[in-house]
Amino acid sequence: MAIQELTSLAGRLNDRRHSSVELTQSYLNRINGAGELNAFITIDEEFSLEQARRSDKRRAKGRTLSPLDGIPIAHKDIFCTKGMLTSCGSHILDNFISPYDATVIEHFNRSGAVILGKTNMDEFAMGSSGETSWYGIIKNPWDTGRVPGGSSAGSAAALAAGLCPAATGTDTGGSIRQPAAFCGVTGFKPSYGRVSRYGMIAFASSLDQGGPIARSAQDAAIMMDVMAGFDERDSTSVPQDDVHFSSELGAELRGLRIGIPGEFFGAGLDDSVEKAVRDAIKTYEDMGAQIREVSLPNSELCVPCYYVIAPSEASSNLSRFDGVRFGHRATDYDDPIDMYMKTRAEGFGPEVKRRVMIGTFALSAGYYDAYYNKALKLRRLIAEDFDKAFEDCDVLMGPTTPTTAFPIGDKTDDPIAMYLNDIFTIPVNLAGLPGISIPAGFDASGLPVGLQIIGRYFEDARVLSVAHQYQRQNDWHLRQPEGYHS
Amino acid sequence: MKWEPVIGLEVHVQLLTRSKIFSGASANYGSQPNTQACAVDLGLPGVLPVMNENAARMAVKFGLAVDAVVNQRSAFARKNYFYPDLPKGYQISQYEMPIVGRGHLNIVVDGELKRIGITRAHLEEDAGKSLHEDFHGMTAIDLNRAGTPLVEIVSEPDMRSTKEAVAYLRKLHTMVRYLEICDGNMQEGSFRCDANVSVRPAGQAKLGTRTEVKNINSFRFVERAIGHEIERQIDILEEGGEIVQETRLYDPDKNETRPMRTKEEAHDYRYFPDPDLPPMAIDETFIEEIRQNLPELPDAKEQRFKDQYQLNEEHAHQLTQSRANADYFEATAGASRGAPKTVANWIVGDLSSRLNDENLDIGDSPISSRMLAGLIDRIEDNTISGKIAKEVFRAMWEGEGEADAVIENRGLKQITDTGEIEKIVDDILAKSRTQIEQYTSGQEKIFGYFIGQVMKATGGKANPKQVNEILKKKLRAHLFTDGP
Repeated sequence: MAIQELTSLAGRLNDRRHSSVELTQSYLNRINGAGELNAFITIDEEFSLEQARRSDKRRAKGRTLSPLDGIPIAHKDIFCTKGMLTSCGSHILDNFISPYDATVIEHFNRSGAVILGKTNMDEFAMGSSGETSWYGIIKNPWDTGRVPGGSSAGSAAALAAGLCPAATGTDTGGSIRQPAAFCGVTGFKPSYGRVSRYGMIAFASSLDQGGPIARSAQDAAIMMDVMAGFDERDSTSVPQDDVHFSSELGAELRGLRIGIPGEFFGAGLDDSVEKAVRDAIKTYEDMGAQIREVSLPNSELCVPCYYVIAPSEASSNLSRFDGVRFGHRATDYDDPIDMYMKTRAEGFGPEVKRRVMIGTFALSAGYYDAYYNKALKLRRLIAEDFDKAFEDCDVLMGPTTPTTAFPIGDKTDDPIAMYLNDIFTIPVNLAGLPGISIPAGFDASGLPVGLQIIGRYFEDARVLSVAHQYQRQNDWHLRQPEGYHS
Repeated sequence: MKWEPVIGLEVHVQLLTRSKIFSGASANYGSQPNTQACAVDLGLPGVLPVMNENAARMAVKFGLAVDAVVNQRSAFARKNYFYPDLPKGYQISQYEMPIVGRGHLNIVVDGELKRIGITRAHLEEDAGKSLHEDFHGMTAIDLNRAGTPLVEIVSEPDMRSTKEAVAYLRKLHTMVRYLEICDGNMQEGSFRCDANVSVRPAGQAKLGTRTEVKNINSFRFVERAIGHEIERQIDILEEGGEIVQETRLYDPDKNETRPMRTKEEAHDYRYFPDPDLPPMAIDETFIEEIRQNLPELPDAKEQRFKDQYQLNEEHAHQLTQSRANADYFEATAGASRGAPKTVANWIVGDLSSRLNDENLDIGDSPISSRMLAGLIDRIEDNTISGKIAKEVFRAMWEGEGEADAVIENRGLKQITDTGEIEKIVDDILAKSRTQIEQYTSGQEKIFGYFIGQVMKATGGKANPKQVNEILKKKLRAHLFTDGP
């Protein structure tokens, strides 16, 4: 079976060329055959096949629930799934069987989609390389000596290798877009408040946003039709009309004003990435869009700003992992304090500890104003930069990452170099905007390059349609890595 | 040296919402451990808080009642610390932007009115409970209380004596129950008090070093704990020592406070705005609607009771200590022909002491306001005497029915027939030659003996006024016939 987009899979199910059980089984087989990627943490074949059987019964009665009915979807292990291990890639949740479903999972269940499994990820979504998971490093199917990006590493790698037709991810500073870029797939981070965060284990609450990693912008839109929506259980969820993202993809490109932030093309940007991105922008120009230079003057402050705000929130969000009510607990301790210290020392990996310590420090008495408060002020300036840029253009475009996928182990000893990977994706989270990474060709070594498209707040549909128009012109997004051809 | 105590109180008031402040779980007290804690209260991974609108409404209600600024924009912050019964590792509270700003409460101590400033009142969630007994060296955790809505009311350091502190606390207690935002149950912890206490030489403007006294959970303890702490501080200062700024725990069994943690050991709570909860915006309509529906408050009601019913200070004050008492009084006074003062006497006297004896609230009184009014009416229309009324009251309490039924069934109707009373008086006088002689010889005190005899003969049912008149008339006759 060749790599299929969601629409054609749905067509095949409708034509009875496959049953959902057959489809699900074929993906399960592929997953079993690609263990070297370490893309999944949990596979429950019986559970998935039972969901598939129920979908087939619905279809037989002509009662399918949505275009995704019967289609297996992989979920980042950050989304709580009832009755299933939800580990967030961490030892401290190695025994956590969630008693409830995240809102996003509920939405997929209601759409009739099959839960194919839970994908591996950087621990607590803290990482840009898929190397920090308690369940081992995740590999990039384009070159298994290289990282797939992170933190939604397993979802991106699985998709690239054809182990699933679509997957969920979360993006706090680039965790959907960056691995999508490294793995040559499409990854969409919606506007903050678009997708419910309820049941999505929090890393940095004011930045986290769930979204799809898919084969194409069109598939991402189909996923968004299911994922998005106001949720009264999430106070940061935004009341919104039921947007049908997949039916708004046809918007005309002619006259679209595309802004190119000069700051995204400075030092540190790999030449071959720049070339691919400039070619993509040229394609848009050829399709009738107007290109203009814009400026995001505070760009260079984004990474430091982010690395105060995100760890601060994380240090508090991760306090609940104390060994008292769920998760790992140290076996030998003298008193509650000793129990906390040992439990957390054993349960968290080094990157998580680093960020909890940074955040605890930044919020401490005497440092709060110098760090956290200042970062909040910077964040407003950064958001204002975007507002200003959007006065003259409808979307912004640039590279998703400064480089293509780097070798495993290359940056593990240099956190700053690792953090700089997200230099182009972080500002989008700080401003709460929608952003997508779509494949835009390859570098000299044959590694995928991602083009990032950023939209105005809540103009998610426009970002998806602009990406879709590009994907109608080429097939970068349908390319598959050697060895993982379907 | 003369010392002046300076006291400020922090009172935690548990709000009477049906569900918790950030989850839909029931906020009822006293259920089986951990049966009222949902995923949100347990702080499971991925859960999020959603503000309970009713809790905000109650906080606003309080703010308006104490003439405070109600902030149309307030925000929640996280107070970070580790404790086994604090599920998330942080408490959601309000820090820099509380819902209620400056206000005040008036208290009366020794006849003098004093205004006590309220600094602020903010919303927050309660923690769970750690249970150390019955678990053989282990600690059990009950999270039913986790997420129960609280308003923390912080006063200015305006109180200068334990008396004032108690008066303030009582006023606050009355207020929150009037507003029906808290049941005021100190034993169950729904009304809790911490005190900031310092002393300074009388006349000095600068405040002394303060300590915070925690765990004061009854009015009696407030007086004792603060009183003890004041004495402790004075003792230290008089011996030339210094007060250490610290948190002290009150031990009611030993009646002492002891150190809990010093300033150096104080937690750094690392407060920061809770990113899961956008700032809370309250509009003018919301506030106005609450203002329109505010009940009559204790001070206003007390004044009205004095004006409208001509009650004395003490009655008016006592009857307005709870809305239920005041309502009971008004219902009784409205249904009865008796003077409001008489009604007040019955409620503040017999009824209150009986309720106290049996530890009942007025709402649980077996004698309803209508029944009490019926009883008072029978005194008014001379069907029974005040003395018989006490018997009828007891019978009503025991469930013998309305006053009329009790009077009928027990045959307690007052004898008002003059002829009948004269006949009884004649019978008694006929048997009381000695006493008559004593009376006629000037021992007028013996008059009480005749009254007693008549009452005894009538089972107390004779109208005392008539008995009095008839006796006097008849004895006067003896005075002239038997006189010298």
